[in-house]
Amino acid sequence: MKIHEYQAKKFFSSYGIPVERHKLCANTEEAVAAWKEFQPKKIVVKAQVLAGGRGKAGGIKLAQNETEVRTNATSILGMKIKGYVVKKILISEAVDIESEYYISFIIDRNTKSVLLMMSSDGGMDIETVAKNTPNRIYKFSIDPLIGLPDYLARKYAFLFFNEISQVNQLAAILQNLYRLFLEKDASLTEINPLIRTHAGQLIAIDAKMAFDDNALFRHPDVITLFEPTPEEKTETEAKEKGFSYVHLDGNIGCMVNGAGLAMATMDMIKLYGGQPANFLDIGGSSNPQKVINAMKLLLSDKQVKVVLINIFGGITRCDDVASGLIVAFDELKTMVPIVVRLTGTNEKEGRELLKGTRLLSAETMSEATHLAVKSSGQIL
Amino acid sequence: MSILINKNTRLIVQGITGRDGRFHAEKMKAYGTQVVGGTSPGKGGTSIHELPVFNTVYEAVEQTAANTSIIFVPARFAADSIMEAADAGIQLIICITEGIPTLDVIKAHHFVREHGATLIGPNCPGLVTPDESLVGILPGHIFKKGHVGVLSRSGTLTYEVVYHLSAAGMGQSTAVGMGGDPVVGLYFRDLLERFENDPETHSIVMIGEIGGNAEELAAEYIRNHVTKPVVAFIAGQSAPPGKQMGHAGAIISSGSGTAAEKIAALEAAGVRVAKEPGEIPQLLS
Repeated sequence: MKIHEYQAKKFFSSYGIPVERHKLCANTEEAVAAWKEFQPKKIVVKAQVLAGGRGKAGGIKLAQNETEVRTNATSILGMKIKGYVVKKILISEAVDIESEYYISFIIDRNTKSVLLMMSSDGGMDIETVAKNTPNRIYKFSIDPLIGLPDYLARKYAFLFFNEISQVNQLAAILQNLYRLFLEKDASLTEINPLIRTHAGQLIAIDAKMAFDDNALFRHPDVITLFEPTPEEKTETEAKEKGFSYVHLDGNIGCMVNGAGLAMATMDMIKLYGGQPANFLDIGGSSNPQKVINAMKLLLSDKQVKVVLINIFGGITRCDDVASGLIVAFDELKTMVPIVVRLTGTNEKEGRELLKGTRLLSAETMSEATHLAVKSSGQIL
Repeated sequence: MSILINKNTRLIVQGITGRDGRFHAEKMKAYGTQVVGGTSPGKGGTSIHELPVFNTVYEAVEQTAANTSIIFVPARFAADSIMEAADAGIQLIICITEGIPTLDVIKAHHFVREHGATLIGPNCPGLVTPDESLVGILPGHIFKKGHVGVLSRSGTLTYEVVYHLSAAGMGQSTAVGMGGDPVVGLYFRDLLERFENDPETHSIVMIGEIGGNAEELAAEYIRNHVTKPVVAFIAGQSAPPGKQMGHAGAIISSGSGTAAEKIAALEAAGVRVAKEPGEIPQLLS
């Protein structure tokens, strides 16, 4: 789960990480009022959306007088960045920048630890820096059993600064950012850029945070910040029913047990020339109610012209699954063609049960996919 | 021979009194796994499927000489169970539980390593050495004894692949489901090394998916250290970026972790990559 810059800055402030003066505004008048209140020479108008690349999209602009504040606020509010409409802007005091740095903590799958990343190429797209000049990024694994003690924080801070006052500022920022990461179960805390002013002060002028979905249950304060897109709303509702669902743009709806098999099913549809309408993992059991709920979800997408059900029985018996499917489709009364592929314990009995129903039964994944792709083409 | 588990594996089930623990304890026992007991705090002294239940893993180890543990404990307590098992002297810990906070897994994993034990999972289906021992929720009947080592990030996709292998007469030495979370215990590199060193394993099938760069690192490892033939399948070629595909770890972030990159890296290392699961036996022979 991601949050906005202004929300991340609030966390930063409460964890003692210095940020510039800023104010959240919902319209041009509020923006002008904020500018007047700050009375600096310059301010920055920043779009608040849950997407990266705001600067490139024209969502971050400098303003030096009331007219510019007005023009920029008006143009940024309502603009679309990567599909997100800008509803709020941040009016930030423009600080004088002597140098820029990049600091982040992320989860590193390979070292199975939290990773501190630091670079003196701040203010740039860090993925580009990583690709072109990987030697300009420092990476340090944090031992979860000792965390980030003073001596380590200082050692890392000395990489950027010689003056002890700045080393101490940076060491404190590193420790606080790590503490924030741990205490809120973040999956990312990032400052890009962290800047040094001419007076030698370090300030985080951007803030980015994302959180571990598995840990949200213990962070009610974070959950309240969730702003789902319509798509994410559907996905969240699906999750509450025990499914993993991702909407795609094709016309072949898929219902599969298991995430890996569900991905492989989508891939095969594409490989055979079709277009998957979704990713849907219905999890281990496949009782009739679950199938009914899953079908309702699939059929709510009007693009869906055919449904492919791919169940690898495993421990569940295929004849039980087949009976469940029959009950489910008696209740659903949909006219959309359904292709069912059942494999595992009692698969023959399962297929036998499906004979004479309007469900098309297939033996292998390949056969089922062919059938589904063919049906999707015929209807179009 | 095989890797990780065999007929000498002595297994306890942590969370044996829960629905899943109880169900799979019986299934594993029926498969022939030496299940020697289970734990459930507060229910020590009772029994489930004629297996003794203990309050703590310490007690279970002392009474049954268990060396392996499987965990079916709910997500918010599971990392604690992993640490208890390691502290009680269990050598191999398999965690089935899905949805454990990542930072909890990181801590538990480091703890396990410091205790010289090994973790598989979390969010995994477990592993099986056919005809000897099954530790997990995998359907035992689809596996066949043989010489193909299987390692995978997935559950049912592994069954799909194994189904094709067994049907083609290609049995398995050991099949391991490593888990679908971003941070899990044993991973590609560790398992490739074990399969390379196992005389019973003649070839290797690895099943990867989008997210992270473990498959790329595996490709590098295969190029330099693996002499046995390797066939791979990567799921998620049609997955959109930025979306989590069921598994917490299956996400393309900032343009990296795509199936295309993984396939290219594997092919460059001489690994044959199947276009669909059914093609794997043919590429192996």
